Amino acid sequence: MNGARVEFRGLRRRFGSTVALDGLDLTVEPGELIALLGPSGCGKTTALRCLAGFEQPDEGEVLVDGADITRVPANRRDAGMVFQSYSLFPNLNARDNVGFGLRVRKAPAAKRHARAQELLELVGLPSVGDRYPHQLSGGQQQRVALARALALEPRVLLLDEPLSALDAKVRVTLREEIRRLQLSLGITTIFVTHDQEEALSMADRVAVLREGRLEQVADPATLYDRPATPFVAEFVGAMNHLPGLVSGDRVTVLGQTLPVEGPSPDAARVDVLVRPEAVLVTPDGEGDGIVMVSSFRGSTARLRVRLGDGNEVLADVPGHDSARFAPGTAVRVGLVERPVLVSARPEAGAAAAVPEPDVV
Amino acid sequence: MASLTPQVSTQVTTQVTPGTVPARGGGRPRRPRVWRGVVLLLAAVYFLVPLIASFVFTVKAPGRGFSLDAYGQIFSAEGFGGSLLLSLGLGLATIALVLLLTLPAVVAVRLGAPRLRPVLEVVCTLPLVVPPITFVAGISTVLRWGPDYLASTPFYQTIIALQNPGFPVVLVLAYVVLALPFAYRSLDAGLGAIDVRTLTEAARNLGASWPHVLLRVIIPNMRSAMASASFLTLALVLGEFTIARLLSFETFPNWIYRISGSQAQVSVAVSVFSLLITWLLLLALSSAGARQRSGS
Repeated sequence: MNGARVEFRGLRRRFGSTVALDGLDLTVEPGELIALLGPSGCGKTTALRCLAGFEQPDEGEVLVDGADITRVPANRRDAGMVFQSYSLFPNLNARDNVGFGLRVRKAPAAKRHARAQELLELVGLPSVGDRYPHQLSGGQQQRVALARALALEPRVLLLDEPLSALDAKVRVTLREEIRRLQLSLGITTIFVTHDQEEALSMADRVAVLREGRLEQVADPATLYDRPATPFVAEFVGAMNHLPGLVSGDRVTVLGQTLPVEGPSPDAARVDVLVRPEAVLVTPDGEGDGIVMVSSFRGSTARLRVRLGDGNEVLADVPGHDSARFAPGTAVRVGLVERPVLVSARPEAGAAAAVPEPDVV
Repeated sequence: MASLTPQVSTQVTTQVTPGTVPARGGGRPRRPRVWRGVVLLLAAVYFLVPLIASFVFTVKAPGRGFSLDAYGQIFSAEGFGGSLLLSLGLGLATIALVLLLTLPAVVAVRLGAPRLRPVLEVVCTLPLVVPPITFVAGISTVLRWGPDYLASTPFYQTIIALQNPGFPVVLVLAYVVLALPFAYRSLDAGLGAIDVRTLTEAARNLGASWPHVLLRVIIPNMRSAMASASFLTLALVLGEFTIARLLSFETFPNWIYRISGSQAQVSVAVSVFSLLITWLLLLALSSAGARQRSGS
């Protein structure tokens, strides 16, 4: 099974007055797992549905291996899809669900059953063939749906938030399993999600969408470390905005002078973008920071620290250290010595504080 | 029903710690129970008294006491088999036609044009508002309109064929209109119970054509809704009197009406008998629905 190359070219789609896709351009390489990430209403699902054939773009085209499939009916496209809600046919057992596509193609029953059994084993459910969807758990149903989508050996696999209805633990196991299967089958996979952790942990590349346009497409590490736009920086992970002063290719922030990563804006006064894990806090009676809130997350604890100048900063410390950072503790705040991103400072000075007050 | 749960738990407590439960705890949930009983009794009286009266009338031969003769005479009565078969045939034809019309329409509206749903709903509910007497007046006017110069055309022949007393197609057409509200309600509810859009898309994605989607995915998951639509339609056709009477076709209800003049007891016996058949059908239907739920 080989993956196909998928191209979206200038896709536009409006629903009444809302623009779901506004000139989306994206190329997915053969065998790649790409995650379409974005807030709800950013057009990620619409893009996927245009590829599956459930939606017609107003403009632009969808190409699979160079062939324009924009006007091909949904039932003649070579793409398997797993849906967000449980989509197994309630009147068929798991085996017949998996064999549905073969049945449509009039494959003999023996072949159908053998293939269905093979796929159920592939997704780790060798013994549920006789069960009906309502006898399966949510995770099992999505596994069967995955087996069903793979039964016809499609060259593209489409995943429309398949994990969002599952509980946290099942979600993590299943996403690892999907990734393992995808790598071993080498199938081009497009995965729509609004969960940044899911996107970062599974995908070869992550495409961040905003208002129907591509904001940035990059591998997870690049996306996280070097977000191309402030939107990406906000959406992927938490981000501190600290006031800084640029001189040349260096910026002074919190009393430290760090190199600037990438282009720096013309203005001298900038926002320095710093991830919470790049903020170093040490308990220090003399320090000018005070821990306001500490929320324990297991492996880490996230602190909200008020600085002497009134700004607030988020900082991650190892979970086992959290006892040393009880609220009210005086701390000294520093930054990891490495190049930092800067962005033009918004005019209103009040917006300088931490972007998401509800994070802690 | 809401009061059922606390009542059960009270009973359990009573068993575990006898004597310690205050009287108030046992007395409070009793009031709804009394009301339930009263409602049940009133409903039972309302429905059962006419039935029992009918039954007593059929088995009480004057001067001879209890006798089931009237029931024995049903089957030998002239016209019984013919009219019952005619009504059943009309019912089946109506069911087939109304499902064929409504099911694709409901599915198409739900998938393709959700905004048209209120329109479809109003259109399908209209027959409830138009009295059958108005309806049949219109039909007979149309049927009578057959100018002589059209006599040799297929149009005229069609109108004649529609009124063939052996199998009056015109009644099927009329009954389809009457059955629309019931069929629409059942099918719409059945469609609401499944995620049609996702199931359709899943099937399309696996290569199924539209007819395949309808036959292999939607219909199998709508079985109980279709069964209840069919049952309501059948019950309607078996009981419809006005239209058949005014167009002078001898359907089952008309036959009952006709013999009630000469054999009053038999006609009431037939009514009781047809009620029994209807109940049996309803039972069969609901148990089929239950089997489907537990089986799939």
